[in-house]
Amino acid sequence: MSDLKSTGPQAAAAPPPAGEPGGPVLAADGTPLKRSLNRALRRQKLRALMLIAPLLLFVLLTFIAPIADMLFRSVENQIVSETLPETVVVLHSWDSESGEAPAEPVFDAFYVDLFLAQEQKLHTRLGSRLNYEKTGMSSLFRKSGRRVGKFDTDIYTDQLIALDPSWKDPATWVAMMADSGDRAALPFTARTWDRWVAYLATEGDDPAKTKIEDVLFTTLYLDLRATNGSGASDARITQAAQAAAGFETVSLRDQFADADKNWMDPEVWGTIKAFSPRYTPGYFLNSVDMQKTPHGIETRPENQQIYMMLFKRTIFMSLVITLSCVMLGYPVAWILANLPTRTANLLMILVLLPFWTSLLVRTSAWKVMLQQQGVINDTLVWLGIVDDADRLVMINNQFGTIVAMTHILLPFMILPLYSVMQTIQPTYLRAAKSLGATNWTAFWRVYFPQSVPGIGAGSILVFILSIGYYITPEIVGGTTGTFISNRIAYHISSSLNWGLGAALGAILLAAVMLLYWAYDKVVGIDNVKLG
Amino acid sequence: MKTKFIAALAASTALLAPMAMAEDMATDMTLVSWGGAYQKSQVNAYAVPYMDMHPDVKVVWDESSNEAVAKLRAMNEAGNVTWDLVDVVASDAIRLCDEGLAMEIDPDTDLAAAPDGTSAADDFGDLLVSDCFIPQIVYSTTFGYRTDLVGDTPPTKICDVFDLEAYPGKRALEKRPINNMEWALLCDGVAKDEVYDVLATPEGQEKALAKLDTIKDSVIWWSAGADTPQLLADGEVVMGSTYNGRLFSVIVEQKQPVAMLWDAQVFDLDGWIIPAGLPADRLARVKDFVMFATDTQRLADQAKYISYGPARDSSAPLVGKHADLGIDMAPHMPTDPNNATNTFLYNYEFWADYRDDIDAKFQAWLAK
Repeated sequence: MSDLKSTGPQAAAAPPPAGEPGGPVLAADGTPLKRSLNRALRRQKLRALMLIAPLLLFVLLTFIAPIADMLFRSVENQIVSETLPETVVVLHSWDSESGEAPAEPVFDAFYVDLFLAQEQKLHTRLGSRLNYEKTGMSSLFRKSGRRVGKFDTDIYTDQLIALDPSWKDPATWVAMMADSGDRAALPFTARTWDRWVAYLATEGDDPAKTKIEDVLFTTLYLDLRATNGSGASDARITQAAQAAAGFETVSLRDQFADADKNWMDPEVWGTIKAFSPRYTPGYFLNSVDMQKTPHGIETRPENQQIYMMLFKRTIFMSLVITLSCVMLGYPVAWILANLPTRTANLLMILVLLPFWTSLLVRTSAWKVMLQQQGVINDTLVWLGIVDDADRLVMINNQFGTIVAMTHILLPFMILPLYSVMQTIQPTYLRAAKSLGATNWTAFWRVYFPQSVPGIGAGSILVFILSIGYYITPEIVGGTTGTFISNRIAYHISSSLNWGLGAALGAILLAAVMLLYWAYDKVVGIDNVKLG
Repeated sequence: MKTKFIAALAASTALLAPMAMAEDMATDMTLVSWGGAYQKSQVNAYAVPYMDMHPDVKVVWDESSNEAVAKLRAMNEAGNVTWDLVDVVASDAIRLCDEGLAMEIDPDTDLAAAPDGTSAADDFGDLLVSDCFIPQIVYSTTFGYRTDLVGDTPPTKICDVFDLEAYPGKRALEKRPINNMEWALLCDGVAKDEVYDVLATPEGQEKALAKLDTIKDSVIWWSAGADTPQLLADGEVVMGSTYNGRLFSVIVEQKQPVAMLWDAQVFDLDGWIIPAGLPADRLARVKDFVMFATDTQRLADQAKYISYGPARDSSAPLVGKHADLGIDMAPHMPTDPNNATNTFLYNYEFWADYRDDIDAKFQAWLAK
């Protein structure tokens, strides 16, 4: 890349006259040699880039982009401010430590937001989102959504229409809301009207022919009380502003309290406020057993802490699995590498055969082997080694996961080890022995150091694969042998808390990268050979 | 002359109209279900007769109901919903409806009335638990036990599951709080109608977990419905919870030494939802299919192949014999009066609220 860049300024400078002493060496066509070389190189690089472009694009589109999108979800939280735009603004000035539910203006704004949300069926979605943070939000929103259309706000509608029947005509609203003076006099109504019109457009309805809802009369009344209709060009507004002072009113706060008493709970409003920003650290906090509450960041109660323990368990068990793969794979690879090619190839098939078998089949086979009425226990009982009454528990625990996963991942260890060992000259060992080394010294001082790159490659493969493993722990892991990936799967496909799943995934990714970096520092990634 | 012409025109348009309607319907339909014996019962009872009536229609089955909610959400975000009709449990239907991923239906226009004229809304009754949900079957989660491993006094009550002295050995329970928490409270002395009030409090949740703690070491936790039948058949567990249809096939079709413990069975519903935002032609086709597939006779037919109770009241008297085995299906239905002496109905509203909270506690307890 640096070559490409350096051509820029040089190309811009005028070439010195040909043949001048001390000038640059020229190519056959008269351009400076350096430049024409650079050009040729650039062309070559472009060609190379074009050759890999399909793969690069493919990887970007199908791998990097989805991962980036998923990671983005771990902080994204626009649903609250998009569903409740008015509420979020007014709620900003409410103090969540006050111990009381917010005052009337918040409920006025919330009434408008909730009404429009339930028309678009967005309120239940928001309810499920907030239910991840506070139990009960889901039904609170669902229930209130059903009630919000039946609030007593129709008294504003009735009183305004009694004042001037033309308020009933949607066409007059369209005209009024097109007038900038009227809009300035009725700011809340204008904002609500715009959202209402946008919603009607998605439904294919004409605002000039759709009944004006109570919610718009309510905002109209609130605006009239707030601005007194000053600056309005529509005569009806001035007339209504004068009359509005004497209107019978209804408290939306009471209406909500009546719909569900939980709206008087400051914790409910605190949760909405705490999760009103467009981006939230909430999911990440949840994934390290903390939580974002109205009162700041707190540790989760002990009986709900689970993720840190699962992260530790995942890493610990992955290390154990990697280690057992090294222990079991090393001798196998050594034998394979030192046998005559024909026999080695035959044995190689035995290594590869399980590799070609379905993962589920292999895992289920371990179930048959390890369970209490399984093959191993039956054999042990038959041999009299184990009493029939207390058969060994070898599955649905950590042991089961480690055994099954070691078996499944073993080829990933054997193959790189084998290919590295094949390149180690047997003459080195013979030389060491002829110089007086014992078998062990010859192996440990001469052979083993040369096979370390294979161990490194195999270990990285096995460790990274096992840290994200999901299906085998799910089937044979029981409760003590499951990994963090099982919880991620649960949140993605079952609880639908994708934000939390994404945050857990992001942490897992970061942990793998950190370990990889540490590995590079300690062992050096150059010492890894796949063959 | 002129009137004749108009009459002819009217007659020809009247003839053409139904044809035009048929043309407006898509000919391909992707149905999503659970696979296995259940899906087979749907193929036999709904899809095969429907395709006999409409030979040009091609039905594709997808066995993705297990992860339908997540997949539908992903499809919706991608703006490309490839499914036409999805079989889900009621709690998932409620969530899909909440998320705006399923279409609301009107039972009286979208579903067929009963043969005696009862409207669909009345025929399904309380089982229409969500505006988007079209119920098909009532199934139950209940216990089965090995008749040869329980001694001379087989278990009769749900609390026998918690009695390790009388019935030593392992039990299979589902790896989630739903149902387990209710059973635990019930056996901890909580009255049946107070279970959810108690479970709503942190103390009640602790109480339920404490009760489960007494058998924790003897539990194998399952996550797929096929696990328990396998564990029972292998003799790995003495008793275990699963869906009643799975136990039916272990007992009646595979003739294993297993019997049902119907006590405190939890009723749940399974049915169709139509994904939101289908194009008009596909929607027309799927509505036509749903109208047919959820009528009284079709729901009764399904019970010939699997022991789940039809969701319509009017279907119950039509339930006959098993299609292959020729045995009477009625006594194997969870809704049969002999089996339904003590039942629970899955509390959708409660679990929609408390699922996240109690699940976190339950998982933390499991991992301890």
